[in-house]
Amino acid sequence: MLKAARVSRPIRAQSRRTFATVQDPPVRRYGGLKDQDRIFQNAYCRHDHGLKGAQSRGDWHRTKDIILKGDSWIIQQIKDSGLRGRGGAGFPSGLKWSFMNKPGWEKDPRPRYLVVNADEGEPGTCKDREIMRGDPHKLVEGCLIAGRAMNATAAYIYIRGEFYQEASHVQQAINEAYKAGLIGKDACGSGYGFDVYLHRGAGAYICGEETALIESLEGKQGKPRLKPPFPADVGLFGCPTTVANVETVAVAPTICRRGAPWFAGFGRKRNEGTKMFCISGHVNNPCVVEEEMSIPLKDLIEKHCGGVRGGWDNLLGIIPGGSSVPILPKNMCEEVLMDFDSLKDAQSGLGTGAVIVMDKSTDVVGAIARFSHFYKHESCGQCTPCREGTTWMMNMMDRLAEGRGHEREIDMLLELTKQVEGRTICALGDAAAWPIQGLMRHFRPEVEKRIASFRAEHGPVMFGGRLRNQTDPTLAIPDNLGGNLPV
Amino acid sequence: MFAAARLPKRLPNVGRVPAVARTISTTPCRRSDALFVHRDTPYNNPKIPFQFSAENVKRADEIISHYPPQYKKAAVIPLLDLAQRQNKGWTSISVMNYVAKYLEMPPMRVYEVATFYTMFNREPIGENFVQVCTTTPCMLNGAYEILDTVCQHLGGIKPGETTKDGKFTVIEVECQGACSNAPMLVVGDDFYEDLTPSTTKKILDAFSKGEKPKPGPQSSRKTSENSAGLTALASEPYGPGVHCVEEFR
Repeated sequence: MLKAARVSRPIRAQSRRTFATVQDPPVRRYGGLKDQDRIFQNAYCRHDHGLKGAQSRGDWHRTKDIILKGDSWIIQQIKDSGLRGRGGAGFPSGLKWSFMNKPGWEKDPRPRYLVVNADEGEPGTCKDREIMRGDPHKLVEGCLIAGRAMNATAAYIYIRGEFYQEASHVQQAINEAYKAGLIGKDACGSGYGFDVYLHRGAGAYICGEETALIESLEGKQGKPRLKPPFPADVGLFGCPTTVANVETVAVAPTICRRGAPWFAGFGRKRNEGTKMFCISGHVNNPCVVEEEMSIPLKDLIEKHCGGVRGGWDNLLGIIPGGSSVPILPKNMCEEVLMDFDSLKDAQSGLGTGAVIVMDKSTDVVGAIARFSHFYKHESCGQCTPCREGTTWMMNMMDRLAEGRGHEREIDMLLELTKQVEGRTICALGDAAAWPIQGLMRHFRPEVEKRIASFRAEHGPVMFGGRLRNQTDPTLAIPDNLGGNLPV
Repeated sequence: MFAAARLPKRLPNVGRVPAVARTISTTPCRRSDALFVHRDTPYNNPKIPFQFSAENVKRADEIISHYPPQYKKAAVIPLLDLAQRQNKGWTSISVMNYVAKYLEMPPMRVYEVATFYTMFNREPIGENFVQVCTTTPCMLNGAYEILDTVCQHLGGIKPGETTKDGKFTVIEVECQGACSNAPMLVVGDDFYEDLTPSTTKKILDAFSKGEKPKPGPQSSRKTSENSAGLTALASEPYGPGVHCVEEFR
């Protein structure tokens, strides 16, 4: 090295560089995925979703060879591709799948299961639906490949009960695949036996949580289990199980066929890949679209949805990842990239990639209060902080949406959310708390304004929402009811 | 035991209760959206017989075969759904008891499941079960307007009620997972998306005539693509082996 530097010295004399400079690496703009790099070619159901159509789009192409490569090869491919779980938490998929193959797993006589979480219920999320009705064979093939990677004997696809059309498309795909010998005793002629079953749920958001889903699949109430033991040790029917999102499973065959480096070439480091985004709310043309990870949020909306209604300046805020992540105000929306890390830095989250756009006409407090209603309805009732907390949050948010409260109740509500967060078995309590925290972080002045204007109109409010002028003046009203507090 | 037996003898000695009228403060009882308790009624009691039709027995056995034999009860949700479909869209106590017997599980375990999941209706419903989604993404696009339209168009009923002719039951539901096509409503199993008040009325009129309008978006688009022209997937899909690495071509 040193010698080489010395040799080149005469040449350096000619150049005019005086100071050592650091050149900035070229800025890479993400987004602008080409059609040839989209995995879900039939997301809009414009082509045949049956086996013939799927095969013409490259599904089931040399699946046998992928299976024959073996479990560690598939897991290595997934690890190299940088795929992170698409269900919301973003756990590295290759690592998760490898938990199934602990040393000595061969000696365990129990059957092993892959459970596909198709219980898509997060408000704002409608991506798995497009996969299941347009490209059901990608999911079935993904089950086989992910199942091979974790040496599973069978896969259960737990689809939410409301998705009737989607369930019939997936069932059709399963039947076709069995008939063609692609799954079953000798899947694709590889000698590997694998079954795929469809299980329809019956309308419970909580069943999208992995252990609740397992409970529900066992025919019980969908109430989450404590972890540990983790499902990879004791899961469905007491056997090793891995629960994975539809999108995670369905992209696996394409990653294996097109190579991990291809998939890893999209998006920023540690956020690689492509992703289905579903945009709803106040945009001109809401849609579901597969895009590159790390696409700037603004680009995503301008490019695929025709922009915010009334122009970008009419934007109030965006919820970037489904109902359970905090809202972002307009100035942050201009900067964030749609990936796990960027949104986490913005104190929000990518979640399921469900973008809910709100323009200036939105009653933002009311919108978040509606989420509190949702979580109150969907809390399973197992853990007290969540069961009681969601009801309290709902009641307080309803009052604050009207302005019927005290400014100090905002802090009270925030404290309540902190008390629920992290004190429940599953993440539903957290999910109920975060939107409220996000609202108060960015839109607290709006809430305070409402409180002030309500007071100006109706006079002092007591704790719990009763107006002071509605009380009986002949009775002594204790001070601790807050009727005499200035604000 | 002894104390309880002695108690009545002592009671008269306590003296008479003064006749001051003290009002007892009460709070209104809080109702859940559905009653969890079963009360026998003429239309819903365990004496009403129910059993699967021959066709459904075949389906049920097929469903049970998906699960390990010692975990037959895993089939309880699909079987309840099957039975509910056969029982005019609602799950009566006899349906639950029959499913319990069919799966050899305690009836209480079936009651638990039937009360937990929202898709099991434990009261009779109308011919057309209209479910309007009002969760935030739909709400932003005017779901409450759609709900009001539905309720008014069906003769001023409230969510949760059935029309007098028994043709429609309307309820408000949480997110149905069609948010990019908001606002939406579900009739039976079919999604009707991209609604406006006028298309909502059209759908309801068609159902009241006994027809079935075409499910899916009621606007010009087919599924959830950009309605102003495709921004993705406009080209023909690539064929098998294209773009794949060398060994999988």
